[in-house]
Amino acid sequence: MARDKGNLISGACLAAFGIYVISVASKLPYVSEVGPGSGFFPLWLGIGLVLFASGLMFGSFASSGSRAKNESQSWKTSARALAGWLAMMIAVALLGRIGFALSFVILTMFLIVALDRRPARLAVAVGIGLAVAFHLIFVIALDVTLPVGPWGF
Amino acid sequence: MDALGNLLLGFSVALTPINLFWCLVGVVLGTVVGVLPGLGPAATIAMLLPLTLKMDHTTAIIALAGIFYGARYGGSTTSILLNIPGESSSVVTCLDGYQMARQGRAGAALGISAISSFIAGTVGVLGLMLIAPPLARFALRFAPPEYFALMVLGLAMVVFLAGESMVKALLAMLVGLWIASIGTDLFTAESRFTFGQMKLLGGVDFIAATVGIFAIGEVLVNLESQGGAEIFKLSKGLRNLFPTLQDLKDCRFAFLNGSVIGFLIGALPGAGATVASFLSYGLEKAVSRHPEKFGTGVIEGVAAPEGANNADAGGALVPLLTLGIPGGNTTAILLGGLILWGYKPGPLLIQEHPELFWGLVASMYIGNVLLLVLNLPLVPLFAQILRLPYYVLYPLIIGISIVGVYSVNNSLFDVWMMGLFGLLGYLMRKLDFPAAALILGMVLGDGLERALRQSLMMSQGDILILATRPISGTLLFIAATILCLPAIRKVRFWRVAAVEREG
Repeated sequence: MARDKGNLISGACLAAFGIYVISVASKLPYVSEVGPGSGFFPLWLGIGLVLFASGLMFGSFASSGSRAKNESQSWKTSARALAGWLAMMIAVALLGRIGFALSFVILTMFLIVALDRRPARLAVAVGIGLAVAFHLIFVIALDVTLPVGPWGF
Repeated sequence: MDALGNLLLGFSVALTPINLFWCLVGVVLGTVVGVLPGLGPAATIAMLLPLTLKMDHTTAIIALAGIFYGARYGGSTTSILLNIPGESSSVVTCLDGYQMARQGRAGAALGISAISSFIAGTVGVLGLMLIAPPLARFALRFAPPEYFALMVLGLAMVVFLAGESMVKALLAMLVGLWIASIGTDLFTAESRFTFGQMKLLGGVDFIAATVGIFAIGEVLVNLESQGGAEIFKLSKGLRNLFPTLQDLKDCRFAFLNGSVIGFLIGALPGAGATVASFLSYGLEKAVSRHPEKFGTGVIEGVAAPEGANNADAGGALVPLLTLGIPGGNTTAILLGGLILWGYKPGPLLIQEHPELFWGLVASMYIGNVLLLVLNLPLVPLFAQILRLPYYVLYPLIIGISIVGVYSVNNSLFDVWMMGLFGLLGYLMRKLDFPAAALILGMVLGDGLERALRQSLMMSQGDILILATRPISGTLLFIAATILCLPAIRKVRFWRVAAVEREG
């Protein structure tokens, strides 16, 4: 049994990814009329990925047990990070519909209230304050275009 | 003596009040666009180019060049403070600069970055002044096999970016090379790995990827602990806000290394400041007495790449002004400007328009001094950002990242990509894959593939062309030696251990 699950799983994922790269590259021409084709470089990349990923998988059996224990500990805290990431992606999805300012305020409120358990008033103040600062610096001072909602900001 | 006389002519041009004013405007604007991710000097110069039509041409090139090298100064600020690379050439600065900020040494990192930029920028101008024509002729000897070898040498730097596992670094680099291959193949116009997305035909936006991996990845790691992890130790007193004499002493070689590598790489069309910064970082780590500390907040790890990306600006003007060959986006726009104003950049430009060339050279000396004078007093001010509570800092970083990435192409797709790369950056941190190795692959992938395929076309498929030409052969030999270093170290370690056991 592998002692370092992280390396084993990431090695397996990368090996599978390498096989995908090889399969796509093998459908592209290896040689074209003018020289190496569009499949030439990715094919060798895929082979390299599979080789090194296999090395990582085999190496995972030799790693120490204490490292594996530390690793499993470090994944227990990932839920909060993944929640933050999901919130950010939802805010990105909302950018085109409700504009940068509002989606940014909502994201900030989620980070401060839901993830950090701080008062909603503080979250609103930080969100609006930063959104206004961004508008002043980027939109007004630097003439950068940002996504706007139906109400013009 | 001739150069001195010409330089005096240059200073007489650059020191006129109007040229001094536009030099100041250029470097300040450059610093601002350098600080903000996404807003690059190329776009800024392109926007301002029409405004220069009514200006004196020497004044115009002084202002635009000020934006070009000023951006290199500013690029390090967000890299050090927020782990957001302001410019692609500042990616390497994140590695040690951000770690220094976390240890309460943001001021020292920003200060050494400004000082290193000043020294290397000045060396770059000296190089431009003294050896521009012969260096440009040498650079012309670089054909695809030589570029391929140079890219391989750049990739060999992965040895110095690897943490505990070389295999993980190589895998990250290969993934970076694959990302670089996404999009339309420039030789055959076939699309590769685009997953049916039209927006991927042009490839993955580099800024979106780096900001995602470094900035968003870092925020996600810090979000793990409720109540906020203690991200930054705050420095107390003015002493910690600037580099110490010991810091300057430690960076002696880094200043030299960054200056020379940056200038030489800059003079090669197409190589770019990002390659120069990776190479100088690798060299600095290779010759360091404490290579194991790189990546944990070593001041030389900031000085070397920051020096390199500033000296590169001087180097990049060599092929532009002496041969009319632009080395990158920004110099291509500058070339467009020169042609628009009626000049013919090439071997005769310096002789036919000495006031333009020498005025520019002299203005770059002045611009570098202005940048140092402007940037050093701003260090304590910038360092105050770190005093913000984490519940302001995280949204601030995410907001700057979104705005910076969106502003490059006004593309929401790029912001999506940034989010995906953010998750990738987070997973890479959790699994101990070096993110810098992936970025290295991304930076060099395109050039590597192009140079390799062109070389094989030149030789009609004979791979030996890469090793048999003197410059490429030498570069490949150096790269192979670097790649063998970890194995040599391991063998030496085993031998010492065996001798100790026997003893």
